[in-house]
Amino acid sequence: MSVEKQDGIWIFAEQRDGGLHTVGLELLSKAAELAEGAGASVTAVLLGSGVETLAQVLVDHGADRVLVADDPLLKHYRVLPYASVLESMVRERGPSILLMGATAMGVELAPRVAARLQTGLSAHCIDLKLDGDGRLLQVVPGWEGGVVATIKCPDHLPQMATVMPGIMRARPPEHRNGSITRVAVDLAGVNLGPEVLEVSMEPPKGVPLEKAEVVVAGGWGIGGKEDWKMIEELAEVLNGAVGATRPAVDEGWAHEDCMIGQSGKTVRPALYIGIGISGVMHHIVGMDQSKNVIGINTDPSAEIFAVSDVIVVEDYRKIVPKLIEAIRARRSTGYRALECTDPGLSAT
Amino acid sequence: MNRIIVCIKPVPDPKHWHKVSMDPVTMTLKREAIPNVMNPLDKHALEAALRIRETRGGEVVLLSMAPPFAERILKEGLAMGADRAVLISDRVFAGSDSLATSRILAAGCRRIGEYDLVLLGNFSIDGSTAQVCSQLAEFLDLPNVMHVGELDWDARGNMIVTQRIENGRVKLLAAPPIVLSVRRELNKPRYVSFAGILAAEKKDIQVLSNEDLRLEPATVGFAGSPTKMAGLEVRRSERARARIEGTLEEMVQQLADRIFHYCVV
Repeated sequence: MSVEKQDGIWIFAEQRDGGLHTVGLELLSKAAELAEGAGASVTAVLLGSGVETLAQVLVDHGADRVLVADDPLLKHYRVLPYASVLESMVRERGPSILLMGATAMGVELAPRVAARLQTGLSAHCIDLKLDGDGRLLQVVPGWEGGVVATIKCPDHLPQMATVMPGIMRARPPEHRNGSITRVAVDLAGVNLGPEVLEVSMEPPKGVPLEKAEVVVAGGWGIGGKEDWKMIEELAEVLNGAVGATRPAVDEGWAHEDCMIGQSGKTVRPALYIGIGISGVMHHIVGMDQSKNVIGINTDPSAEIFAVSDVIVVEDYRKIVPKLIEAIRARRSTGYRALECTDPGLSAT
Repeated sequence: MNRIIVCIKPVPDPKHWHKVSMDPVTMTLKREAIPNVMNPLDKHALEAALRIRETRGGEVVLLSMAPPFAERILKEGLAMGADRAVLISDRVFAGSDSLATSRILAAGCRRIGEYDLVLLGNFSIDGSTAQVCSQLAEFLDLPNVMHVGELDWDARGNMIVTQRIENGRVKLLAAPPIVLSVRRELNKPRYVSFAGILAAEKKDIQVLSNEDLRLEPATVGFAGSPTKMAGLEVRRSERARARIEGTLEEMVQQLADRIFHYCVV
């Protein structure tokens, strides 16, 4: 049952329209780290149509082996054919661990595959380790601020986890040798489910939240849509992006795409300013890799302060407008915010 | 449309999340102090079901697996306009992970009978695993689509489902029976009216235990959940936690200094 006795560690290398999602490369880096300690191999699984050229990219990022299922029926992602192919690959070769990104695709596909294999799946992991027996320890954000839970899947294989994009770092590519194996696809008699009519992509506007060097995030404490404009204005003067907690999104002050945290985005800017944010774990896991954190809240016991470099216990309505003025004044004397420098692969 | 099943989950009200704590011994959630509300995204699923019923007919049935207190949440769904509700409640189901939960909900769906659609919120705000849609569909042997942001019908009566993905959308031609999980932008859930509350009093909540569903005890609850809690960890932050003090003007200047320091190349 240990990692090295099975078919090692697998990662699902998500692609759409021939572009690899960066989360696959992040998973490869983590898988390689786990495999080193366990003497296991790392396999990347690539599904699609005309995608074989991506296999070497996966090798260069840490895959010892790439299993490519290339078929016109896999051109567009659909949960049923993808689950069918992945399931049969797993049944045939028996990996110990299967990791997938917690992306729109991953969170739909991984549970379906786990249910077919009758195995456990932990969602939105923020870290992965192996215990002394080679079992996967899946670290997921817990309920209370300051606590994370570790999940195990002690009696079933493969041990499956989805991992939040952006939380792990992809290794820089280096030329490596790895095996690239084409796997036969047989979808005859398989229910393919809904038919894809159209895929349309909309490039994000402005600085993408995940790549912004300054993030100004607001929470429940902002209190209303009108006051939310202060968050947007502060972000604007800092050339940053606006972030939000779930309550702020649920209240309709901020768009869902701004949400930072367990079921939102992971950010790691040079500066994160959290305003009116209590700091529940769901949000903290998405921002605590920020280089510098400033917390502004009237409640001195707010959890956000536990992860802040700079604490401001004050009503943001008094502080923020004056801060915007002060920054504008300084900017006129030559201030400029950092530019985004993260090269990253094209995220789809 | 024959019948639409909407899965509803009671969740701790996010406005009271700061009161939630975890029992370090039993590794369970201590949520006694927290009022429960209907999972916000499930309201959007119910709204979608009610709108489909208005144009295409059919019965809207609420389904929940929860402790008995969930009856109040189901009453709210009935007051919004659902026809009836089924509550699956049994101690043997306690400790179910997403796989076991989906197995139980699938048994509930089968017990309800024929249906064209199963709708649910994309995730619950407490667990946030977002795994039940796909796993429930798998146990029902049906296709599924998550992240549904639009739901329409073409002239021929085919269902057109638009799925939101990273920086884009996918339009799919879907045929019932199917399991769909929805995002908040799908619609704006209606408010409960006074007439709705009165009508809900006359509607039925059927309570099912495992005597009714007859699931193998080893496949549900803690025993039937492949994932196990292995530990809880207190996260220690190494942040400086330096508090800025002084008059408002002094605080603003110090803060601007820090921001300047952090952000200027």
